[in-house]
Amino acid sequence: MTELLARNADCITWLARYMERAENLARILGVAETFARDRAGRNWRAVVQINADEERFFARHREADARTVPHFYILDPDNPNSILSSVKAARENARTLRPMISIEMWRQINRMNSWMAGLSSNAVAPANLAALCEEIKEACQLHVGITEGTFYRDQAHYFYHLGKSVERADQTTRLLDIKYHTLLPRPEDVGSALDISHWNALLKAVAGYQASRRVMAGKITPRSVAAFLLFSDSFPRSVILCVRQMDWLLSQLRTRYHLRGGVKALELLDELRAALTDQTIDQVIDLGLHEFIDWVQRQLMLIFAEIQESFCVSRQPQ
Amino acid sequence: MTRPRIALPGPGLLSGYDPTEYFCEMLSPRDDAAAELAAIAARLNALDPDDLRRRAARAEKELFDLGITFTVYSDKDAIDRILPFDVLPRVITPGEWSRLEAGIVQRVTAINLFLADLYGDQNILADKVVPADLVLGNANFHSFMRGMKVPCGTYSHVCGIDLIRDQQGLFRVLEDNARTPSGVSYVVENRNLMLQCFPDLMEGTRVRAVDDYGLMLRRALEEIAPQGVDDPTVVLLSPGIYNSAFFEHVFLAREMGVPLVEGRDLVVENDRVTMLTTTGRAPVHSIYRRIDDAFLDPRVFRPDSMLGVPGLMEAYRKGNVSLANAPGTGVADDKAVYAYMPRIIKYYLGQDAILPNVETFICREAEGLKYTLDNLEHLVVKPVGESGGYGMILGPKATRSEIDEFRAKLKADPANYISQPMIGLSVSPTLTDKGTQPRHVDFRPFAVTGASTRVLAGGLTRVAMKEGSLVVNSSQGGGSKDTWVLAGDA
Repeated sequence: MTELLARNADCITWLARYMERAENLARILGVAETFARDRAGRNWRAVVQINADEERFFARHREADARTVPHFYILDPDNPNSILSSVKAARENARTLRPMISIEMWRQINRMNSWMAGLSSNAVAPANLAALCEEIKEACQLHVGITEGTFYRDQAHYFYHLGKSVERADQTTRLLDIKYHTLLPRPEDVGSALDISHWNALLKAVAGYQASRRVMAGKITPRSVAAFLLFSDSFPRSVILCVRQMDWLLSQLRTRYHLRGGVKALELLDELRAALTDQTIDQVIDLGLHEFIDWVQRQLMLIFAEIQESFCVSRQPQ
Repeated sequence: MTRPRIALPGPGLLSGYDPTEYFCEMLSPRDDAAAELAAIAARLNALDPDDLRRRAARAEKELFDLGITFTVYSDKDAIDRILPFDVLPRVITPGEWSRLEAGIVQRVTAINLFLADLYGDQNILADKVVPADLVLGNANFHSFMRGMKVPCGTYSHVCGIDLIRDQQGLFRVLEDNARTPSGVSYVVENRNLMLQCFPDLMEGTRVRAVDDYGLMLRRALEEIAPQGVDDPTVVLLSPGIYNSAFFEHVFLAREMGVPLVEGRDLVVENDRVTMLTTTGRAPVHSIYRRIDDAFLDPRVFRPDSMLGVPGLMEAYRKGNVSLANAPGTGVADDKAVYAYMPRIIKYYLGQDAILPNVETFICREAEGLKYTLDNLEHLVVKPVGESGGYGMILGPKATRSEIDEFRAKLKADPANYISQPMIGLSVSPTLTDKGTQPRHVDFRPFAVTGASTRVLAGGLTRVAMKEGSLVVNSSQGGGSKDTWVLAGDA
């Protein structure tokens, strides 16, 4: 099977996106849990804000607290952004792709979906939340591992990683936003033990704690963490690394598999890469980190739309 | 009546098992393979019931995990169900199989000759072997197909012949499925499950493999590709993930190693079929379609079909793409046409049917109607156009008022019905809540025809899980078993 159906290219990108999204949401909820513990539960609202879900959330709940937010983001079947919905959507895409993905990939996603669907609300109660987030994250990582070890390396594999990279870049910007913008500490707290512990929690959430220790040589400042998450050439969840990855994947698709479209997406990627490499963190912060993150997120959306438009369109019913 | 039975070496799993007056697929002696049958029965008998049950539960969980399921839709939910799997296999001896295989090839050959004739010169109608109105008035006869030459003269590329075994142990054809018979995925997956969960059961028994079905099918689809295409692209056309048989479509696409496409992936351009890929349009030559005739092409059949491909039939008519099965094969597996099948075989092949029909009374014929009305309480009466066990009556099991009600329906539209004597279907030992019990089974082998006909050495054994029930359909509580066709002396 050398040809890849446009519709399957779409499904495989979304499969990767949904699984990456589920993993990152589990990470965000895990770190929000840590923040909330320290700050008397005031910060659950931030999770709703960074996902731009205020309207949907407050139509269903009066308070954003330790009960409502985890439930909304993990188990609510009517929230299209919940982990449950993401895994379900990943599984639907995997179902379509079953003839081409490995049986092991399908089996694991199918099992994860059944497991999620069987969770009770007690599973997201404060006492159980951290453990559940950890389990979800590990299930997503199991997916990644099985995919690495079994998924045939043809076009579909490149589309899978395109979906994954775009989602991961987007999610990293959201995590940075939760701390840097939404949880902006009071002036007297900057550099305090509490503030530092938040940054540490954030770095742990993205599994960047050890690396950042080594790289930053003990100088954990808001700026150095932001720079790490945005600009690090070696950190697997940094925005620039994801962008470089997308650029490489798209170029490979064009040269190895002779895909003709995607020029516009490459241009947009180039622009995004320049914005991430030609500025220092001080310049970015002076101009407004939140605004910069917003712009990055919009660019990612445009790039993804271009990829879909170029390669993933099937026939519209007449 | 006491039947001869294979003797068991001692007490065990089959101790309390009593097949009563029915032929038993495990314990009734056959003409061949006596030693091997005795060895299998002894091995099953020695199994610990609790261990067997534990392993059966694990096998069921595996079916769910692997998504070997069909989807049942209610108003709100989509529920994935498995086809209940009974772990005790059904065994077919080499002698039984060679007769079955010859009978199936004969029948499929006759069906294809019959279809070629109906869509060609219609000699069999002119010779009045089959009533013309039965064919020409049939909703599944497509005049669209008249005069078209199909590759290899094959119309029914995948054919499933439903067989039952009567109390004398004779295999009889119950129904022909010449359109898009399903169930072959369970044949292969049941075997995979057996090998995984019960490897010790199969040890030392030479059972013929079933895992080459995908390659058989792909080969047939390549054989029927339009002339002049060296390396044909084969695809499987599915209605999509909401179809209850989607798992089987996945299975077949995977086993053949071909793309699983939906109507929206295909575009017809200059009467050629292409699929939409990441690099643009790629030609398609052979389509194994799992969409009913009515939905194939909105320009020819149902105009509201969203599942089909506009222009597909014109491309097909021009010979630029091949379809399996061909449109219009439903006229050959109609239950009324079934009654004529022995005569159809004789007409085209000059042979008697190797596999007999179940005796059938055709209610459109005065004699058949009279006999049916006079003996309703002894007969099974079926509407000719239904499948899945719907709309029929089992005379011996019906109440007086049900029979009277049915009599009125039958009189109002006799041509819609056939009747058959109630057959005491063979049984096979089956694991139930009450221990190992006899349950009635049927058998659906699969024949694949491109340039020639090949029969998969196995088939779907469906089992009526309810005590005493003769209805094996999955929609009505049926399950399945692995079917072991024993390898002959090689």
